[in-house]
Amino acid sequence: MSDLYTLQGVTVRYGAHTVLAVDKLAIRRGEILSVVGPSGAGKSTLLRLLNFLQPPTSGAIHFDGIPFSADRAATLEMRRRVTTVFQRPVLLRRSVEANITYGLRLRGQRGEAAALHATLASVGLAELAQQPARTLSSGEAQRVALARALVLRPEALLLDEPTANLDPYNVGLIEQNIARLNQEQQTTIVLVTHNLHQARRLAHRVLLLLDGHPVETAATQTFFECPHDPRTAAFVRGDMVY
Amino acid sequence: MANFLEGFYQPFQLLLGGDPQLAAIVLLSLRVSGIALAISAVIGIPLGALLGLTRFYGRPLVVALVYTGMAFPPVVIGLFVYLLLSRSGPLGALALGWIPRLFTPEAMILAQVIIALPLVAGFTLAAVQGVDPALRLQIQALGASRWQTAGAILEEARVGVVAAVVAGFGGILSEVGAVMLVGGNIAGQTRVLTTAIVLETNKGNFALALALGGVLLGIAFAANLLILRLEGRSWHS
Repeated sequence: MSDLYTLQGVTVRYGAHTVLAVDKLAIRRGEILSVVGPSGAGKSTLLRLLNFLQPPTSGAIHFDGIPFSADRAATLEMRRRVTTVFQRPVLLRRSVEANITYGLRLRGQRGEAAALHATLASVGLAELAQQPARTLSSGEAQRVALARALVLRPEALLLDEPTANLDPYNVGLIEQNIARLNQEQQTTIVLVTHNLHQARRLAHRVLLLLDGHPVETAATQTFFECPHDPRTAAFVRGDMVY
Repeated sequence: MANFLEGFYQPFQLLLGGDPQLAAIVLLSLRVSGIALAISAVIGIPLGALLGLTRFYGRPLVVALVYTGMAFPPVVIGLFVYLLLSRSGPLGALALGWIPRLFTPEAMILAQVIIALPLVAGFTLAAVQGVDPALRLQIQALGASRWQTAGAILEEARVGVVAAVVAGFGGILSEVGAVMLVGGNIAGQTRVLTTAIVLETNKGNFALALALGGVLLGIAFAANLLILRLEGRSWHS
């Protein structure tokens, strides 16, 4: 399995405060990597770097062999190969369908009607296509946000706690879609979550971040059952106070 | 009381009677304020968006200037334009063809642009800043370029942007001090509804002044309806 992302010596600093320091990290093509860690560990910052939404303070990020640089056109091109679903879905003041096709229209595409309908159906929103997006419940809104990402068929899908505060039905539906996307299209997925059960259910590998530093990256079973680092063991047991 | 009551039905009499003088006053009012509003919107909306979306050295100073301009008394702006355009003023002395001359509709347009521009820019700035900051990140994460991001944020702020244009229009249509100073209230040339109202009030023709006020209110109402209608068509279709 080749690497889609490689990070080397990456840091993100705000003034004197270092929020992320990743000496070395590779994200493999077609895997689901779950990023766990306490709040403020740098998980969301890592996702912003992976979506090329902010440059690192130092270090190198390569995506499919291409370096993330200050070149605006190149960054936009790379950004359009990936996308993020954030914890709080931010929808436009438009219909559900218009929200879902928005990313396509940014790329000058329209999307096939059948594919759009299939995506809407896969997240259980086929009946709500023409409804104003801002009238939806939080669970429905998050499914719209996921569908909006799915129609883009990204090479990497970045998920920032996509099921936080959702009911079990919505959690299940979103997890099904994540797993199906990875299995059917081999999409690389980076899943930031506080829900260790979710990480265990979905991920191939798990990365623990503490205070901006990667502590351990391991296959899911190893991570949960025989972690190498005592801090990982403490985190998995729930003994870590944060 | 009689004047007051007369003022209610006289606008209809004036309009239905097809008085040519009134028609000329109404048309000039619409022309001056319409052109001034168009110029203010073309400059003010992008300026407000720029100030709301970007951070640059000196931005706080520009924002403070815009907000100060929103509270600037129109009569002082009129005085400023008067001094600029008078024969001994810095612009008037140049006597260049493209510089408006005092006591012309063009001078009134210039004054009204200076009044409306900070209103349009300031309210647009506030509307853009009121858009959920997370939206910008989300739009960029979906692959929007810088221009697409700015367009999407402006579109989300559209209600506030329309309010900015309406505020600018209200500010200049009902304004009297500046247009009186730089226009001179010359019959058939620079007389607009507000200056005509002042003139008729000074002459003691209160019913006519009230009637003209009614016409002004009617125009403001119709114009705002039109602006809102245009907003609905352009953004929701």
